[in-house]
Amino acid sequence: MADLIDGSQATLSNEEILRYSRHLIMPEVTLEGQKKLKAARVLCVGTGGLGSPLALYLTAAGVGTLGLVDFDVVDYTNLQRQILHHTSDVGRLKIDSAIDKLTAINPFVEIKRFDTYLNSQNALEIFSGFDIIADGTDNFATRYLVNDASVLSGKPNVYASIFRFEGQASIFGAKDGPCYRCLYPDPPPPGLVPSCAEGGVLGVLPGLLGIIQATEVIKLILGAGEPLVGRLLLVDALAMRFRELRVRRNPECPVCGTHPTVKHLIDYNQFCGIRGEDSEASNNVKIPEIQPEELKRRLDANDDIFVLDVREPHEYKIVNINGHLIPLGDLPTRIHELDSSREIVVHCKSGMRSAKAVDFLRKSGFKRVSNLAGGILAWADRVDRSLPKY
Amino acid sequence: MPIKVLIPTPLRPYAGKQSVVEVTAQTAGEALSDLVAQHPDLRKHLFSEDGKLRSFVNVYVNDEDIRYLSKEATLVKETDTISIVPSVAGGR
Repeated sequence: MADLIDGSQATLSNEEILRYSRHLIMPEVTLEGQKKLKAARVLCVGTGGLGSPLALYLTAAGVGTLGLVDFDVVDYTNLQRQILHHTSDVGRLKIDSAIDKLTAINPFVEIKRFDTYLNSQNALEIFSGFDIIADGTDNFATRYLVNDASVLSGKPNVYASIFRFEGQASIFGAKDGPCYRCLYPDPPPPGLVPSCAEGGVLGVLPGLLGIIQATEVIKLILGAGEPLVGRLLLVDALAMRFRELRVRRNPECPVCGTHPTVKHLIDYNQFCGIRGEDSEASNNVKIPEIQPEELKRRLDANDDIFVLDVREPHEYKIVNINGHLIPLGDLPTRIHELDSSREIVVHCKSGMRSAKAVDFLRKSGFKRVSNLAGGILAWADRVDRSLPKY
Repeated sequence: MPIKVLIPTPLRPYAGKQSVVEVTAQTAGEALSDLVAQHPDLRKHLFSEDGKLRSFVNVYVNDEDIRYLSKEATLVKETDTISIVPSVAGGR
């Protein structure tokens, strides 16, 4: 098997040799293996639940270059499981908090900082500087982005995901192996699978899965053991049972199959939002609209308007106009949070999901509801140019 | 003959909170039909309006995806385990 990492040019100082002595004396590692670790460049996408144990153990193990991608800020509710971050870090950028702790554990690791939102414009360029990608993100759009970018870049993607007390782990995009889309060609419609904020998560669970990820990254670097390529590990932490399912490479996979049709990164928010199977908004009935300038004028005049945002939580974190967030898929079960006697303006990213929401609300008897034309993108374009677009 | 169907966490609320449901079936398709007959709330999470299995839900007989076996016609026997594996994205 051809080596993924060439460690022949790496050198270890006397201090490093002492530091990694427990690795060096193992026949599965040895000096040669530790040099591969030093030569390896691993990108951790996300420094939260999965990213914390991942980054901590890869740093301790002596991975030479560790890239971190995270634009988020430490929140008090993160501390239950995101062990890279301390109470004193609440309010700080996660990436800065992470760098402080990782550098303290192992100053020999070179850390590359990407305090940015990973998207179709920057992913390939960022990935080009690394050998292995470790996906520690928390939403479908980014998972499909990471998968596609990994396959297009020819880099293996060590994957794990969690929900409540169950987790999955595998390696996608390895040579001759399947990719994420071979397993799940289509994302679920938004709102059908709750996020950690809605479903809750056992704090230790991302710890368990993140360590499994780190183990697989190290095995890939060393070329040791049997990696989880073509294998989906299912973990049930409450029962403490581990099962394994086979994942096959799909010859018709649009990204990694024999005749791939996806050769560039696409708009993943759209892929996950609009491509959901239930598109029932009737195009016949005219959806009442309000232009961004008009909404701004009325909000400034203190009109009593309730702004409803039907995007996903990870989008809200990127940019928002202080709307009340109910993701589109949750609207039917959370409709009681809305007061039908008030005027409601609904928005999403570009105006399509919110149109469906307005349609649904009108059919549910809401009379004073309208759609923000062009969504938050139009708002960022024409009303408040300081806001980021995505 | 009773076959065990393992219900993943996100779907347990619709299966009476159970993690395992026993069904009677000779094929994977029959097993799923029996499953949603016992727990009708599961139907819309597993099947789309036109009765097709949703593409973000994978069904395995033992450790093989039925897509690579005989799909709904895959034969099942008493010692087999059927797993439903939906995609989850949580990472933090």
